[in-house]
Amino acid sequence: MTIMGTPRLRKEDPKLLTGEGKFIDDIHAHGELWMGMVRSPHAHAKIQSIDTTEAAAAPGVHSVYTGAELQEMGLWVAPLPCAWPVTEDMVNPPHYPVAADEVRHVGDLVAVVLCDSRYGAVDAAELVEVDYEPLPVVASIDAAVTDAVMANTDISSNKAYSWALEPDPEAVDAAFAAADHTVVGEFVQQRLIPAAMEPRGVLAIPAPFGGDITFYTSTQVPHIMKVMLAATTGIAENKIRVIAPAVGGGFGAKLNVNPDEILAVTLANKIGLPVRWTETRSEAAFSTHQGRGQNQKIEIAADANGKILGIRVHLDADMGAYMMLLTPGVPLLGSFLYTGVYDVPAFGFTCDGYFTNMTPTDAYRGAGRPEASYAIERAMDLLALEVGVGPDEIRRRNFLAGGEAFENLETASTLVFDSGNYGPNLEKALKLADYASLKAEQQRRREAGESKQLGIGMCTYVEICGLAPSRALAGLNYGAGGWEHAMIRFLPTGTVEVVSGSTPHGQGHETSWSMIVADKLGVDPDDVHVLHSDTAHSPLGLDTYGSRSLAVGGTAIAMACDKVVDKARLIAAHQLEANPDDLEFDGGMFRVKGTPTAEIPIQGIAYEAFTAHNLPDGMEPNLQEQVTFDPENFVFPFGTHIAVVEVDEDTGGVTLVGYTAVDDCGPQVNPMIVQGQMHGGIVQGVAQALWEEASYDEAGNCKNPSFLDYLVPSPMEVPNMVLDSTVTPSTSNPLGVKGAGEAGTIGSAAAVINAVCDALSPYGVTDISMPATPQKVWRILRDAKGGEA
Amino acid sequence: MIPAALKYVEADSATAAIAALSEYGDEAKLLAGGHSLIPLMRFRLAVPAVLVDISRLDGLSDITDAGDHIAVGALAKHAEVESSSLLQSEAPLLAHVASKVGDPSVRHRGTLGGSLAHGDPASDLPAAVLALGGSIVVQGPDGERVIDAAEFFTGFLETAISETEIITEVRIPKSGSAGWSFQKFNRRAQDWAIVGVAAVLGASPKVSLINMGLTPLRAGAVESALAGGGSAAEAASVAAEGTSAPSDLNGDAEYRDHLARVLVERALDEASS
Repeated sequence: MTIMGTPRLRKEDPKLLTGEGKFIDDIHAHGELWMGMVRSPHAHAKIQSIDTTEAAAAPGVHSVYTGAELQEMGLWVAPLPCAWPVTEDMVNPPHYPVAADEVRHVGDLVAVVLCDSRYGAVDAAELVEVDYEPLPVVASIDAAVTDAVMANTDISSNKAYSWALEPDPEAVDAAFAAADHTVVGEFVQQRLIPAAMEPRGVLAIPAPFGGDITFYTSTQVPHIMKVMLAATTGIAENKIRVIAPAVGGGFGAKLNVNPDEILAVTLANKIGLPVRWTETRSEAAFSTHQGRGQNQKIEIAADANGKILGIRVHLDADMGAYMMLLTPGVPLLGSFLYTGVYDVPAFGFTCDGYFTNMTPTDAYRGAGRPEASYAIERAMDLLALEVGVGPDEIRRRNFLAGGEAFENLETASTLVFDSGNYGPNLEKALKLADYASLKAEQQRRREAGESKQLGIGMCTYVEICGLAPSRALAGLNYGAGGWEHAMIRFLPTGTVEVVSGSTPHGQGHETSWSMIVADKLGVDPDDVHVLHSDTAHSPLGLDTYGSRSLAVGGTAIAMACDKVVDKARLIAAHQLEANPDDLEFDGGMFRVKGTPTAEIPIQGIAYEAFTAHNLPDGMEPNLQEQVTFDPENFVFPFGTHIAVVEVDEDTGGVTLVGYTAVDDCGPQVNPMIVQGQMHGGIVQGVAQALWEEASYDEAGNCKNPSFLDYLVPSPMEVPNMVLDSTVTPSTSNPLGVKGAGEAGTIGSAAAVINAVCDALSPYGVTDISMPATPQKVWRILRDAKGGEA
Repeated sequence: MIPAALKYVEADSATAAIAALSEYGDEAKLLAGGHSLIPLMRFRLAVPAVLVDISRLDGLSDITDAGDHIAVGALAKHAEVESSSLLQSEAPLLAHVASKVGDPSVRHRGTLGGSLAHGDPASDLPAAVLALGGSIVVQGPDGERVIDAAEFFTGFLETAISETEIITEVRIPKSGSAGWSFQKFNRRAQDWAIVGVAAVLGASPKVSLINMGLTPLRAGAVESALAGGGSAAEAASVAAEGTSAPSDLNGDAEYRDHLARVLVERALDEASS
């Protein structure tokens, strides 16, 4: 490796930074109509009647459709897809793009207007008169669990499923019976609004004849979208071309198949005109799924030294009003990680999924794993307090493999961890953060009785990514495979085209793929061009989510390059009149070993393969190879995050003053991109710890759908982070790479809350719910001090 | 986030703006920096039929020395107030507070007159003008009048300006060597204050509170306590008296009352140090 492993500026950036990137709202089609969405103001209600007369007569309006009318028009052949029915008996009432008789969350669609302008569409949508009969509302998980009120009149319990991972329940019971110490943590994973910089948007363009339709959508999953559109609308899959243009962030919120997407495609197909829509920022709280939404209970049994004997976990998970593409499976993605980086002899996990009358939930950066790492890492701090040792020491005593390097280790959660080396990673982070000095400064402030107290928190996380071995997904009832496809072709002029099934939405695939190809083929990275995000260019792919691109897609690219070199070697041997085994390939040049003058560059071979004038007998022309890689195992990145907070006891204000992260994602292709992923990922987790929460009132209204009071942090709120890494190659793929897209988020929320609790610990405070707002901190402190602030 | 249709009128002078206001009455809204009005319009919480754009008027953004006070043109942007060397030396509180409003893009569009006219109890600049004992010059069809800042804020988002008047100037008395302080507590740098305090000491100390009632307001109980010889701690202990703090996602009234006491004490300590 010469180029891989070196920091390199992204080739995508000049275009994006100079405004040349084309996002959905930059793309227009002649004659396009805007959808104006009529949304329910009620969280749960029967639709009594809808009057569209006035809206239909408004300026520029082409047509208005109610849910009932759309249903009658037969625009779809199946409900919106849920690809992850986690159990055989999961309850999942049909969910169509527009409600016909009952609305189940604020913002549920009840009608759609088509109009020749965006403003006109919104004005006309306001003219649609809907009579609702309000129904009782389920506006929290706690309310859903009681079943006092149903979130959907078609169900008899709000519980949609119960799922368990209990390899040996008796062993768990025995562990708790034998324990010297037990701790119980009950945590709430509040709902989060994903808030990608670019909201979602769609543009469906029917061809003038032939029935083909080109669908631009701000998505992470153009390939999955194409399959699901065909399955849902009945339009033949070969008629549908899906293009994800420049996509301004996704974080999981753009991996769904949404009502607006089905509507745009089917309406454009029906009326023969382009149909478009772009959500507004506040609308996104209703039209795009939210993240998290879990009540967690974790129990740890340990011996007198704090060595873990068993862990038991139960989740009540908030599905929201509907099962979207992956909704029920998100908690399962975390289920295997509640044992963390620890040696846990006995483990049991159960999860109940509940319907509520709120925006559906689904994947959000980390999808189940930030929740898991939060629970285990908060509980480990509780165990440290219980046993009377430091948070670093309790971790050392429990690391898998005694904190030493391991490969292919089976854990109590039934998975085989590919590789790990947790002890050195923790020690490196403690040293980098200067943990001893921080603790000394904390002690000094405590003794001086200063109003600004210091808290230091750590999180030693492991995560599961690189989705995924297709067979493992089958075992979880997931509706698709986990492979990825790549094709490499030399063009006659010596440049390389990469066709990537994995689809970027900000990750920098073009840069990373070019670096892999440059190293493998010995060409200049600038001579490598990556085709992606368009199902006409890249017909096979499973897209980008779950930190899978490099471990699966990147590996496929490396393997396809190897096949290209293998074929090129045969051609080179033929042309040089040598035995293929006598050729060496280095820096893009084939040479006959021991005969330095007999050499030929791979670009020359590519041209020979193109002209096909002089190829070995029976060889196909052209230099193009493809690989579909289906890994045999997941990958398990890990790391240590250390957060330092200052808590102002007078105001309750929490300031993050220091952050150190030592992550291990295996060998890094482009360390600069890894750092960027860590920066963003860490801040997203810190945001959950300190600022973000989708707040709902009892009527099921989201109280903070706009950036006015949904608090996404800015750089002003975040200190300079100290980032470093250890390198433990994976055994799951030939590059040894893991994933880095979600690790930051998975490690940071627990580190920050552990730090806040550490600051408050002299007052006996052991927990605070997220987000740790100033008011909450002040009130907890006041109560802990006996009512005097 | 999509405003309703409206008529747009660009005024090229204060007189033209006043004429437009007289013509359209309460259907019209003035547009200066737009950083309060446009978000309200995007949410359709404000649906003015007519927008009278005064943002390009000449001569209303100068900052000049008028002897015992500094005359700040109503259209002076926060960034201009922040960087004015005249204000930095003669009324440093105002320049400092301007530097704490929102983020740089807000400060390069928002205007001092606009902030006062909006009358938001959560805004920073009204509190500064109150603590400095400033006054507001408004012009209407019947001429000009000067309103004391203490009389200016009359209700929630309501002021003493009539429908046909516009603010032309804000007069800020020179605060000389008087100690001052501005305390703003929020969760993110760009946010409105959950609670804020502006204080100017001197012959008769003035203390004002942000987000502690329906209007930007003076902390009357604090000022009385100080006038009666009370210490900073004694004066701060009555900071919430006579206020009616709101409750929202950032904090309830009890917490805001507490913050007012903490921040007033910090302000008085800093101003007198």
